Amino acid sequence: MGFYLAQVLTGLANAGALFMVASGLSLIFGVTRIVNFAHGSFYMIGAYIGYTLMQVLPGAVGFWGAIILAGVAVGLVGLVVEMLVLRPVYKAPELFQLVATFGVILVIQDLALLIWGPEDLLGPRAPGLRGVVRIMGEPIPKYDIALLVITPFVALGLWYLIARTRVGVLVRAATQDREMVGALGVNQAWLFSGVFALGTALAGLGGALQLPKGGADLLMDFNILTSVFVVVVIGGMGSLPGAYLAAVIISVVNVFGVTFLPQSTLVLIFVVMVLVLMIRPFGLFGREEVAGEHGQVGEPETPIHPAGPRVRLLVAVGLVILAMLPLYGSSFSLVLATDILIFCLFAASLHFLLGIGGLVSFGHAAYFGGGAYVAALLVTHANSPMELAFLLAPFGAGLAALIIGWICIRLTGVYFAMLTLAFAQLLWSLVFQWGEVTGGDDGLVNIWPSEWLKASTTFYIFTLIFTVGGILLMRHVAHSPFGYALRAARDSERRAEATGINTKRVRWMAFTLAGVMAGLAGGLFVFSKGSVFPNELEIARSFDALIVVFLGGVKTLAGGVVGGAFFKGVEEILTRFEYWRLALGLLIIFVVIVAPQGIVGTLRNMFRRHVKDET
Amino acid sequence: MLEVDTINSFYGKAHVLNDLSFSVDRGQVVALLGRNGAGKTTTMKSIMQMVVPETGRVSFLGQDITRKATHKVAKLGIGYVPEERRIFTDLTVMENMEVGRQPPRDGAVTWTEDMLFDLFPNLAERRQNRGKALSGGEQQMLTIARTLMGNPSFVLLDEPSEGIAPVIVEQMVNVIRQLKADGLTVLLSEQNLHFAQAVADAALIIEGGETKFHGTLEELNAHPEIRDAYLAV
Ligand SMILES: Nc1ncnc2c1ncn2[C@@H]1O[C@H](COP(=O)(O)OP(=O)(O)O)[C@@H](O)[C@H]1O
Ligand SMILES: [Mg+2]
Repeated sequence: MGFYLAQVLTGLANAGALFMVASGLSLIFGVTRIVNFAHGSFYMIGAYIGYTLMQVLPGAVGFWGAIILAGVAVGLVGLVVEMLVLRPVYKAPELFQLVATFGVILVIQDLALLIWGPEDLLGPRAPGLRGVVRIMGEPIPKYDIALLVITPFVALGLWYLIARTRVGVLVRAATQDREMVGALGVNQAWLFSGVFALGTALAGLGGALQLPKGGADLLMDFNILTSVFVVVVIGGMGSLPGAYLAAVIISVVNVFGVTFLPQSTLVLIFVVMVLVLMIRPFGLFGREEVAGEHGQVGEPETPIHPAGPRVRLLVAVGLVILAMLPLYGSSFSLVLATDILIFCLFAASLHFLLGIGGLVSFGHAAYFGGGAYVAALLVTHANSPMELAFLLAPFGAGLAALIIGWICIRLTGVYFAMLTLAFAQLLWSLVFQWGEVTGGDDGLVNIWPSEWLKASTTFYIFTLIFTVGGILLMRHVAHSPFGYALRAARDSERRAEATGINTKRVRWMAFTLAGVMAGLAGGLFVFSKGSVFPNELEIARSFDALIVVFLGGVKTLAGGVVGGAFFKGVEEILTRFEYWRLALGLLIIFVVIVAPQGIVGTLRNMFRRHVKDET
Repeated sequence: MLEVDTINSFYGKAHVLNDLSFSVDRGQVVALLGRNGAGKTTTMKSIMQMVVPETGRVSFLGQDITRKATHKVAKLGIGYVPEERRIFTDLTVMENMEVGRQPPRDGAVTWTEDMLFDLFPNLAERRQNRGKALSGGEQQMLTIARTLMGNPSFVLLDEPSEGIAPVIVEQMVNVIRQLKADGLTVLLSEQNLHFAQAVADAALIIEGGETKFHGTLEELNAHPEIRDAYLAV
């Protein structure tokens, strides 16, 4: 009995930081309609700033003062980010805003590395709360008790602010109809900034509060993000009570999981989440979110046409040049070109899902890494020949996409995006935690291609055939009746349904096809490298693909391919520098604000203008 | 008080207001008449700068307000009552009114909640009810009350009689007369000529975003052919 009580109490204590971060995310989304991906980053700098302040400020007053000051400082950082990065993109499609927040993540990661260094920092213990208290014989850290007490007060304070003050009234009104709030004389810009500052301050507070339990490290940002998304999905976007309840559920489940099923804590959380979603698709206290006012991928553009003769010729020439690369390129350039091709196929598969299907997946790496792991597992455990393992990679990934897609396509917009990310994290944690089979962090090595493919030249040609084949296949599908149905579902669900299109099924199939193609890329990847590690399934990998699609241009069919080539090229150059994330992040933010059509879109506009000037 | 000078407004490529000009004098109630789709709502949004006219200018109290932020236009004393009501359905009646609250303004009535509950007795009983629990007529009253909380000197009323019960329409007529007596200037859009006749001093008829008639209601009544051509009666 005492044991169970202790577990529940620990869970409740852990729920504190999670609730603060999740409620901040929820608040910001409610008013600005931006899913702040950088929210984990604000949590992380909250921890770092809190750590530094605790070093400087003495005693108990210093400790608690540091926590509050950390929250304030992070809120100020949030304010600056909102004014510099988000203000210019409020009117832009959701995807652009997301990409802008990815940029912020990268910048903050490197700044944290620059300021606090790569070592994990051990959080100081709270003065006066070092020991444990015994409750029914079970030891409970005093700090846990403190958290248990503090969190409801923070929640209550927040509730009071939102439910009882004029600011709260304005926030709730803006959540419903921000244009109308403006027409009644309220300056929305300040409301947005204020809410963003408050939301990020909460994240920072959460980060600082958990210092004595978890310390500060550079992986905190992504680590908390999954839990936060799960909390928000379970609790319902925009609901404070929902965020609190879900944070408690998740934390308690987690604590019990660690005790009883240490290998599969995350799996348990996902089971809870799927159960909730089956019963209440928009979370315990949530409601359906209408897709952003400007659509997820922007306004419908000029219809895409099959390539004209000139473009076809250009592509053919390009392919010949690529096919002849072994004749004139160095072996290094062959390896690099193989990398680029694989990445292009991966990006193109996401581009298909996002551009044609309008489905913004945040977890596409699941199928890329999934394909790679399927092949690697077959080779390692079943001694399967390379050819068979390679063929089964896309099938395995496709099967995963079929199952995960079935659940995800029930939701739309931000819920869909978060759910895809959550499932990708689930796969990642499975691979990471199930060391006996997957090798865990050490990955799977010695996954080489068969003798006849060993030479880098042959493997390059092999890769070229499969990537070009895959990309052409997706192009073909995009122009087939299925592709039209998919686009119809993207542009207007209702109209598509009215013409007899089963939009759910069409989306499900598109999700699966994109998974198959990402799996194909993953299969090529594992044999080109000879190994695979869990980071191929990471959030960061999914984000890479999203950034690429965005850089290339969402609305152009070539976007994925061009963006992929550009990204790999830039990465190749940038990763030679120590702080390449900072540079890449700034580049992304710059592109979002200055050239939101992406590379292909911008080039095409320039070309059109040029043509217009001539005639 | 308000001057609209040859404005042209667009939704994307659709040209909705075509060289529209008119003015409203202090203390007047002007009816903006026209069929569905004539451009009445767009005219109001163009005044609020929720739709920004591409050319032409809108001035209020002698000040150019074209391309100003909408909240700044509101702060100058223009109150907007949208046609779809757009009350905050999750907020209570009191909270809806709170959103509209602005500091007192020279030359305009300073409204308090109690004064508004006197004006709209139905709302008084429902102050703690959420917006979504109100009837259509009550929602319409709430939209007006919410706008009056901003102590405007000029109010844009977009089809206040649309979709509400006849008794409530009667009540609306009285409310508008009372507001006029308090010195408020009103631009009121209507398809319902009877309602306009009951409250307005002057009428402006638009069709396809162009002015077709501008004069007093007596003049309009003297020309039934204009009425028949541009209004659905
Ligand atoms: N948001 C919009 N986007 C595109 N066209 C619109 C939009 N709102 C109104 N319109 C068009 O503008 C014209 C004028 O509409 P509106 O000002 O609402 O007329 P009214 O209020 O007189 O009924 C109509 O043809 C309508 O279809
Ligand atoms: Mg209208």
